[in-house]
Amino acid sequence: MHPSLKTLTQQTTLDQLSRRDFLRRAAALGIAAPFAGSLLTSQAFAGTATPQRGGILKAGMQGGESTDSLDPASWTSQVQHSFGQSWGEALTNVSPEGELVPRLAESVDSTADAKTWIFKLRRGVQFHNGQEMTAADVVATLERHSDEDSQSGALGIMRGIESIQATDTYEVTIVTLEPNADLPFLLSDYHLMIQPNGGKDNPAAGIGTGPYKVVEFQPGVRQIAERFEDYWNPDEYGFADQIEIIVINDPTARISALQSGQVHLINRVEPRVVDMVQRLPNIVINNTSGRAQYVFPMHCDTAPFDNNDLRLALKYAINREDMVERILRGYGSVGNDFPINKAYPLFPDDIPQREFDPERANYHYKKSGHSSPIVLRTSDVAFPGAVDAAQLFQQSCAQAGINMEVRREPGDGYWSEVWNKQPFCASYWSGRPTQDQMYSTAYISSADWNDTRFFRDDFDTLAREARGELDQARRAELYRDMAMTVRDEGGLILPMFNDYIEATLSNVGGWSANPMGEMMAGFALSKCWLAS
Amino acid sequence: MNTFVLKLIAQRIALGLLLLLAVSVLIFVGTQLLPGDVAQSILGQSATPEAVANLRRELGLDQPAWLRYFDWLGGILQGDLGTALSNRQDIGSSLWGRVGNTLFLAFWTAIVAVPLAILLGLVAVRYQNRWPDRAISGTTLTAISLPEFFIGYLLIYLFAVKFNWFPSVSTVHSGMSLGERLHAIALPAATLTLVILAHMMRMTRAAILNVMQSPYIETAELKGLGTFRIIARHAFPNAIAPVVNVVMLNLAFLIVGVVVVEVIFVYPGMGQYLIDHVSKRDVPVVQAVGLIFAAVYIGLNMLADIIAIVTNPRLRHPK
Repeated sequence: MHPSLKTLTQQTTLDQLSRRDFLRRAAALGIAAPFAGSLLTSQAFAGTATPQRGGILKAGMQGGESTDSLDPASWTSQVQHSFGQSWGEALTNVSPEGELVPRLAESVDSTADAKTWIFKLRRGVQFHNGQEMTAADVVATLERHSDEDSQSGALGIMRGIESIQATDTYEVTIVTLEPNADLPFLLSDYHLMIQPNGGKDNPAAGIGTGPYKVVEFQPGVRQIAERFEDYWNPDEYGFADQIEIIVINDPTARISALQSGQVHLINRVEPRVVDMVQRLPNIVINNTSGRAQYVFPMHCDTAPFDNNDLRLALKYAINREDMVERILRGYGSVGNDFPINKAYPLFPDDIPQREFDPERANYHYKKSGHSSPIVLRTSDVAFPGAVDAAQLFQQSCAQAGINMEVRREPGDGYWSEVWNKQPFCASYWSGRPTQDQMYSTAYISSADWNDTRFFRDDFDTLAREARGELDQARRAELYRDMAMTVRDEGGLILPMFNDYIEATLSNVGGWSANPMGEMMAGFALSKCWLAS
Repeated sequence: MNTFVLKLIAQRIALGLLLLLAVSVLIFVGTQLLPGDVAQSILGQSATPEAVANLRRELGLDQPAWLRYFDWLGGILQGDLGTALSNRQDIGSSLWGRVGNTLFLAFWTAIVAVPLAILLGLVAVRYQNRWPDRAISGTTLTAISLPEFFIGYLLIYLFAVKFNWFPSVSTVHSGMSLGERLHAIALPAATLTLVILAHMMRMTRAAILNVMQSPYIETAELKGLGTFRIIARHAFPNAIAPVVNVVMLNLAFLIVGVVVVEVIFVYPGMGQYLIDHVSKRDVPVVQAVGLIFAAVYIGLNMLADIIAIVTNPRLRHPK
């Protein structure tokens, strides 16, 4: 079978492509409609068949280390994220379409000023230790993550909260300092797993309310959980009897483990081998365009990048199409120098795409008056292919008459010594549940990780207004203004959004693309099932 | 055994312990020289000065270095390796399992590789410069010239993906029987065997050939003994010292130098553990693993020297 046809079939089966689009594109490859239609039915079982129970579902994943812990506050790696989603639950989830989905909270209400939020909790939800989940546990969890000394990954989200109170056994009321229409989305953060007494006694005990309970935890090696029999929502989650994550950081070893059937799912297939993997029997490539992005941040307050003409010159001097083609092998999409793409609701889709324009770049470069070489720091750990990407950037800059010097830094210590310290480097960002959170994490003046040193009062005002705005049309307008500001005046060069390329064996059912993150935003293990 | 030999052995052991003590000082000083403050790197960039100060006090970093060294050494002598900074786990309990796994893989590799290497060495000498010798040298030298990861991938491709005889992922865990464990480590052990075989085989061959020039071998030949008997009974015992030296070096490699193989086969040994913690600047773990590695090297070298002393005919039969 033509490899592209196989991809098309898979995409259609996974609802990433409509049936009509499939037939049209198959026709373009020279395949008659009846044959293409039969292909669709032969491959379609994975998406449509009813889930089956039983078996041990195993994932081979990159992104786990022997320094990992079960304490949700400390999670940073992909493996912790995916494993955590199987045994823990947050108050809310965000659907692949970006809508709010209730999880432990049954419903959410707010006052008109979007400052007071009332979460009604689901009744009869059990923790793995047999205790029932009540408002006290939710309050304790949120308190633990908002403690300034907690070192929690969700601390940034929790800072805007004024008070958290249990107003009933099954009701929690949260008051924010400022209006925040996104609060229920923010509480879907994977650090905010509800634990008995908030995990204040033993945060790393691995006790949650999720469909699986932890059986074995060997950081950086393997983690096993078995189905929790008293789980409240067995129709949607938890089909396999047992799930297992084996940490396989070597890409070749990951593919061979999948090929030999030792694991059923793997993450991070390298773009350069996708075509080869696609030809293997019994393996399905799942390609998800998400919110993750490969970027080159510049410090707006540091010479020479404190000059907007120079920033614009560099933005026009990067060849985005070429970079997507060469670095991502086409598995991605071009960026437009603001950190939001169409995977977000309220994405401003009418902003013109910035193109590679050496003449315009040269014009702004001359106007900036800068002439000595511009130093760009890069490293393999910044993102896969970051060194090559920097060199491509250097070449396209040369075409615009800009002298760029690429400096390769060691991977060890890159995130502590180079990123967010040096004025211009390669980096990446994963997506956030909402536009507001993306901007609040890295672009407002008080952001924890303001890695472009973008300090603009007018931008902060826009962000604060959008956060409190419940009228969606007005909100979309505000987001467009914010995007334009970052795009034309900010320090971010965003050439591309990368796809998540993942693979499953063909007997894995229930896979669906989720742009929120890798491995179906961490839900793959609790939502997929094994066909017998 | 006579007192002279015993005295030599005692001296050697004392020297080894002294060396280990010196290495412990070096490791401690080395990790103190690492750039960056541990407390700062744990708490990250948004840490307040008070939080850093609190953590420094909690970790004992406000104490003078020599006091912390003796604290650390005292803990280790009592079997307490300390607590990992990154995930607050007890280093001992997470490390001993890893040490066990590493030793398990090294042990079974050695069980296969060492006798095989010595046997091949003997055969190579017996058929010196004829086709068996050339075949053995050729294949082992090819294997040692290929990078470890390549041999590993090759074996995975053949025996895991093509024939599906052995697993490509060698994760071992406590619930496994010995048979299951051996099945799981078949491919990494085979990879390591191919990696270390040539070195030991070549040394055995060279050492025996060296002895074969001696007059007493000529005597044995004149007595009419068979070639293989001469090599095994008369030449090999006198070549033990250099052979043991190279065997010990390879054993040390099996314990401290197999990170690449661990990564490819997802084997939960010490190498990966060390690397993860180095990149997180988790100094207590780095110190503990460093000390264990040093002890392995010093211990195996000491053992090689002792075997050399014991098997030295001139010491065993003093004039």
